[in-house]
Amino acid sequence: MALVGSSGAGKTSLLRAVAGLERPHTGRIAFGREVWFDATRRIHLSAERRRVGYLPQDYGLFPHLTVAGNVRFASGRERPDLLERVGIAHLAGARPRHLSGGERQRAALARALARDPRVLLLDEPFGALDAIVRHQVRDELGDILARVRLPTLLVTHSFDDATALASMIGVIDRGALVQLGPPAELLGAPANAAVAGLVGANVLYGVANPTPAGSVVQLREGGSLASSMRAEGPVQIAVHPWALELADPARSSLTDTVLSVRQDRGNLIVRLARLTIQAPLNARGNAPIMEGAVVGIRAAPRDVHVLNSSGALPEPVELDSRRQARERQRVAKTDHV
Amino acid sequence: MSATFGLVTATGEDSGGLASIIGRVAVAVAVATVLVVVMAFLMLPIVALVTYQPVSELIHGFGTKVAIDAILVSLKTNAIAFALMIGFGTPFAYLVARSRFRGRTVLITLVEVPLVLPPAVAGLALLVAFGRLGLLGHTLGSLGIDLAFTQAAVVIAVLFVASPFYLRGAIAAFEAVDDTLIDVASTLGAGPARRLLKVAIPLAGGGLGAAAAVAFARGIGEFGATILFAGSFQGTTQTLPLAVYSLFDANLDQAIAIGVLLILLSAAILLTFKFLLRVWTSSTSTSPSLAAPSISAQN
Repeated sequence: MALVGSSGAGKTSLLRAVAGLERPHTGRIAFGREVWFDATRRIHLSAERRRVGYLPQDYGLFPHLTVAGNVRFASGRERPDLLERVGIAHLAGARPRHLSGGERQRAALARALARDPRVLLLDEPFGALDAIVRHQVRDELGDILARVRLPTLLVTHSFDDATALASMIGVIDRGALVQLGPPAELLGAPANAAVAGLVGANVLYGVANPTPAGSVVQLREGGSLASSMRAEGPVQIAVHPWALELADPARSSLTDTVLSVRQDRGNLIVRLARLTIQAPLNARGNAPIMEGAVVGIRAAPRDVHVLNSSGALPEPVELDSRRQARERQRVAKTDHV
Repeated sequence: MSATFGLVTATGEDSGGLASIIGRVAVAVAVATVLVVVMAFLMLPIVALVTYQPVSELIHGFGTKVAIDAILVSLKTNAIAFALMIGFGTPFAYLVARSRFRGRTVLITLVEVPLVLPPAVAGLALLVAFGRLGLLGHTLGSLGIDLAFTQAAVVIAVLFVASPFYLRGAIAAFEAVDDTLIDVASTLGAGPARRLLKVAIPLAGGGLGAAAAVAFARGIGEFGATILFAGSFQGTTQTLPLAVYSLFDANLDQAIAIGVLLILLSAAILLTFKFLLRVWTSSTSTSPSLAAPSISAQN
């Protein structure tokens, strides 16, 4: 399971609270039936007694110990099998500063596993890595996590990282859990503008008028888009870059000005003044897109998602004590990332 | 320095002309002068001390009863004070460095108060605190303990004036340790003692060692507080600095011999300490020059 949120959303604090390094003011943290923290009952199990495998953002390897020494710190004995398991047996005698980012992560993982943890807590597992190795390390971490079969809670600001590693994703915004579900659900039905923005959708503001087929949203800065969802009044809509198509401006209900065009791994990313469009590169055909040109935009009504149509979606849920505890339990019990 | 300047002028292209050459020579002369003056000022008294009497006289002075007694008193009292300082001061500094509470800065300032106390005032303060008529002395006296003018008083005096140097440096050294590492250690099951011994102390080792060295230097030379609180009795409370002072009137040659002895002893202990610290930190080092990544057969 992954928790995603922008910086300052409270992700790291939450992870540290689960690890026992911070004491929240309210709430409850439980692993299965074992209560680790309860503000009302004044229960606080110290970090050293919780058996969590905690990996901070820069992995926190002890610089004065070798890789094997780091692992020995957690288990009290040599664990060559663990180094083997994460694929760094050949680095047992190396000091952390001689390791690459990915190797450090594996060493930290081996050390965390040596603790025989009941849950793995990963804070921004790729935050310390550069973009070049990021994808490779992500795949490798995914493989290792699949093999160790431990409940894992990771926090990240990147929805991409979360989808790559987790089967359940929770979105945290300003300290509250706003949506929890599988990646597809977050993409298809973001709960609010924060979630929509996080998963990379365009968020637009307008006023919805109901129609037999759903609604038409008159956008605040001109133009309109049809949605298959029923809505009325001021709304926010979310539409993914890949659901948008460029069209003839004369025959489109929405037009915009091209700011920049670039290629990104087989896709063409067209940045407009108000939104972004992504299209497969080959489909662009022969029509070159000029910067500064005015283009028409089209979207299928089922891809235009009205965010705050009343009743269509649950309100943001406070990440309050009981909810938090339930999340924790769910993480701990059922969720094998 | 001047050699470098000369070399540049000789081999570089003839670009600057005479004015430039004069300028460089002037800079070189200024640098050399500053170096010589500073070093001469610092070294001259020591040279004078060592060369004041023939070496044979000096060696003879080392072996006198009063010198031997003073060495033993100095070594014993400083060793005890040093052990107490490290033993109590290290966990204290760690706790202060790691916790955040109201009045923390006030506490740190209080720890540093003995630093600004003139040694004589420190001695008086100890006397009225632990002396027979002092604040705590009365209680101690009823238990049959009289600290003033005993060897224990020397230890207390040394501890009082020297340990703030260690505490201050140790707090700073522990504060420089990455909190994340301590946190990680606790999630790995390490209790407070293990976190201190296996993570914090090795990582703060350099700073702790430097602070301990400064404190030792202050302690071995302690004079003012000791003479007021412990007196100067040969064989019990007369440390090397006190012996120098007491012989100053009667026998200058002897006093100087003991002074030289004090310098040699301090230097020897500090160098040994530095060497041991180097050996120890190289086994736990985090600096790039040491310990290449050996793909050792640990498993």
